[in-house]
Amino acid sequence: MNPASRPQAVLALLAIAALLAMPWLVTSDYYINIATQVVIAAILAMSLNLLVGFGGMISLGHASYLGVAAYLTIYLSTHAGLGSLASALIAIATTTLLAMLFGYLALRASGLGLLMITLALGQILWGIAYRWASLTGGDNGLGGPVRPRPFGIDLMNPTAFFYFTLIFLVLAAWLISRFVQSGLGQSLQGARDQPRRMRALGYNVWMVQWLSFVFAGFWGAIAGMLYAYYHQFVSPQALHLTTSAETLLMVVAGGTGTLFGPVVGAALVVILKNVVSAYITRWLMLLGVVFVAIVLFMPEGIVPGLRRLRAAMKMQPASSARSALPVTEERPT
Amino acid sequence: MNFWVIQGLNGLAFGSLLFILASGFSLIFGLMRIVNLSHGAYFMLGAYVGISAMAAGASFWTAILIGGIAIGALGAVIERLILRRLTGQPLAQVLVTLGIAFIIADACVWIWTGDPRPVPMPRELAGAFRVHQLAFPIYRLFVIGIAFALAAALWFLLERTRLGAMIRAGVDDLNMARAIGIRTSVLFPVVFCLGSALAGAGGVLAGPILSVYPGLDTDMLPLALVVVILGGVGSLLGAFVGSLIIGFIYSYGQALFPDLAYMILFLPMVLVLTLRPTGLFGRQAI
Amino acid sequence: MRRIGALFSTTFLIGWALVSAAEAAEPLKVGFMTVRSGALAAGGRQMEEGLQLCVDAHKGEMAGRKIQIITADTAGQPAVTKTKAQELVERDGAQILIGPLAAFEALAIDDYIRQTKTPIISPSAAAEDLTQRKPNPWFVRAVGTSAQAHHALGEYAAKELKYKRIVIIADDFAFGHELSAGFQRTFEQNGGKVIQKLWSPLNAAEYGTYITQIDPTADAVFAGFAGGNGIKFLGEYKNYGMQKPVLGAMTTVDEGILKRMGDEALGVISAGWYSAAIDTPANKKFVEAVRKAYNADPGYYTVGAYMACEFLNNALEQVKGDISDKAAFMKALRSVNMPESPYGQVKLDQYGQPILDITIRKVEKKDGKLQNTVIKTYPAVSQFWTYGPDEFLKSPVYSRDWTPAK
Repeated sequence: MNPASRPQAVLALLAIAALLAMPWLVTSDYYINIATQVVIAAILAMSLNLLVGFGGMISLGHASYLGVAAYLTIYLSTHAGLGSLASALIAIATTTLLAMLFGYLALRASGLGLLMITLALGQILWGIAYRWASLTGGDNGLGGPVRPRPFGIDLMNPTAFFYFTLIFLVLAAWLISRFVQSGLGQSLQGARDQPRRMRALGYNVWMVQWLSFVFAGFWGAIAGMLYAYYHQFVSPQALHLTTSAETLLMVVAGGTGTLFGPVVGAALVVILKNVVSAYITRWLMLLGVVFVAIVLFMPEGIVPGLRRLRAAMKMQPASSARSALPVTEERPT
Repeated sequence: MNFWVIQGLNGLAFGSLLFILASGFSLIFGLMRIVNLSHGAYFMLGAYVGISAMAAGASFWTAILIGGIAIGALGAVIERLILRRLTGQPLAQVLVTLGIAFIIADACVWIWTGDPRPVPMPRELAGAFRVHQLAFPIYRLFVIGIAFALAAALWFLLERTRLGAMIRAGVDDLNMARAIGIRTSVLFPVVFCLGSALAGAGGVLAGPILSVYPGLDTDMLPLALVVVILGGVGSLLGAFVGSLIIGFIYSYGQALFPDLAYMILFLPMVLVLTLRPTGLFGRQAI
Repeated sequence: MRRIGALFSTTFLIGWALVSAAEAAEPLKVGFMTVRSGALAAGGRQMEEGLQLCVDAHKGEMAGRKIQIITADTAGQPAVTKTKAQELVERDGAQILIGPLAAFEALAIDDYIRQTKTPIISPSAAAEDLTQRKPNPWFVRAVGTSAQAHHALGEYAAKELKYKRIVIIADDFAFGHELSAGFQRTFEQNGGKVIQKLWSPLNAAEYGTYITQIDPTADAVFAGFAGGNGIKFLGEYKNYGMQKPVLGAMTTVDEGILKRMGDEALGVISAGWYSAAIDTPANKKFVEAVRKAYNADPGYYTVGAYMACEFLNNALEQVKGDISDKAAFMKALRSVNMPESPYGQVKLDQYGQPILDITIRKVEKKDGKLQNTVIKTYPAVSQFWTYGPDEFLKSPVYSRDWTPAK
């Protein structure tokens, strides 16, 4: 293990402790619900970060997994009459299978080609959700699922549901960081930086990238399942290009290739969109300004940017001149 | 028979519209390797500036000029203040160009109230041109003409001028171009400004067909991406042929397979990219 | 912690009961869901104007209580709408909601409204089933359903205009499907025939490919568009040299966009529960007020929000401003009866849906301005047209593929 990961582990524990204490810190269900939305968005952003940050594969179709898992969860439990556990499992499994197919197609290209294939696949799914109204409800969407009661705990309670999603966030953070540190994860980052050398060394770069795609799709599906039970509703908006773009913005704004960047980015976007919009009519413009400011003042993202600022304050001021790092230089571990 | 002719004309007209939209995008992308995700917003803002110019008494032609100059200037400022610092950082470019697109879109709702607006066309181009039972809007014929003229002008610029030679060298191999003394610090702003101006003028020009409304930016941006990706990177010919092919796929596809209306542009793109990752006319992988 | 909370709220409830006499002093909090950003912002702004006008007309007071409006921007996205409903109800303490704009937004919060038992008045969302097959006991609508006006137009097209063959072209989303199916049903029942249906995506870049597909043997075209698509369609229709008469949905030539249209809109015949040109004292007064305040004619969204607010006033007066008994308040809201309003006479059916005078309107130019001149009125039209609730509710909800049982 790299020594740099120790403060990160401490930070992780602190963050988790803060999240656990959330319901005691805020008294209104409203803010607990906002926190739940941050957690769900963070899981989705973390999974996309696997591709973007660690794999160097910019995907603009990550809403596909969120949306498909959400549609399946709701359709299976309310229309096909399956139990909530069975619906969730089938939804996650099917969505992961879809990620296998999408990964296979997207990895035919790289760079921008990959971005465009994922965008196109996402648009196709959105079109299906919109047009195949007899199955998906069209623009009206699907509603009606009741949150499950595992072990007699009523997840309709906002606090209970918040902890329920938090379990998945902790699991995601733990398993994704394990994945990144594993041999597979290391070769993924190797393939990002030096694809030719990795091939020459005998790595099956394609397989490594494809497996990452599938793993990312799996966590996207988890986020989708939680999304379905949180909103108890899904509409084509969940599959829309803007949802994919928002997720990508969360990852990039927070800091690609870091474990907690996506969480910070998710909090930023969710809070601006849902909370700040109550006070500022032109919140969309503010969101744009914030993104531009991030690029100008910490182009590597918020989390690495803050880390650099802290380091710069500790050491001699000269090191703060080291601005405008290329994003790919940021190493997670 | 009638069907194939009229939908073919529709496709040609829509393809021409797409070329007007995508040419600037392709130019910027080919040389600077920037995926300018604000391009749709520039296009929309150009149209809004155009209707304001016309409301203030400018003619349609002046409005096109004003839209082009205004957005070209905006592009120059953005290149100078922001994009110049981000060379070679694709993710930072994605973040900043989308951020700018948000700002422009919301500013348009603020300034122009969000009411959908028709864009008036010159009186002499209104109405339909008739041959036998066929009727086709004169304005669309005009747009087809403009697109071909624009293609010719850009071809001339790229193939017959010194600036064009520099751009071509840059598109082929940026490092080599730098090595032989081409100053990208001069070339990039010029190209970004030109590309933005094309978007702004294109917005006014397309206005009488598309009208202007909040959301026009996000409706058009994927189309520009599709054209450039299908046609291949940095190829003017690619962008032109790509636009026309997409135009035909769009018009025939919508008519023949209405159930596929939402994916008619994206299915072919997935096919092309998975089978031929360089696009139809590109020489390098994208 | 939670138990303490429960205890606390019980005490609070007892306290509430004690002070309910003094309640009159408390302002009534009304949560208003509108759209200020994105593609639906124009409709949102008109809704805000309509609501403001009504609040001002009552000087911010209804049945002796101060009215406090708390506005939230849903961005036209279902997921945000749900969060905004929570914000208004849970954080800001809104006791009644007015909104949201789009049907898919209203459907996204349908379950939430039931769970929290929050009375809600829809100023715009027209989805049929909200007051039909899945009626929500806390939901009341201040506008017609998608098909309510278009049943009348279908009959009018067949009986009075004597059209036999019609092509439908409409936005491909639930609102477009529902209003087109309503039109088709009554048109075909009266001897007409819909010979072709074209569904253009809501974000269709242009309509040329659709206009050129229109069957040349048709007598007329029914154009069912919402938002700004009516502007785009009618403009291109004219430029393609099309001469067939156009029938429109209420929103195709709504006053909110009619002000931007040119001669291409002249002669379009549409149906609606409102027209700024309705010649009654109540409406003239309303139109004057809107023109004075906003320099525009009121349309779908303006009058919808205005009437939602008037419904609230009417119900509050019935319960004398006391909404502590929610069931009694809902009963009052569903008994709204206004002999005079910009709509004309309005009362609600047992599903919470207004019974409205439907006007057939024709776009004409008057004093250099386009308006929807009223050419016929069908009085007191129910959402079920002439079928009666039992027969009507037996068939499935109107959809893209709905073909009328003949």
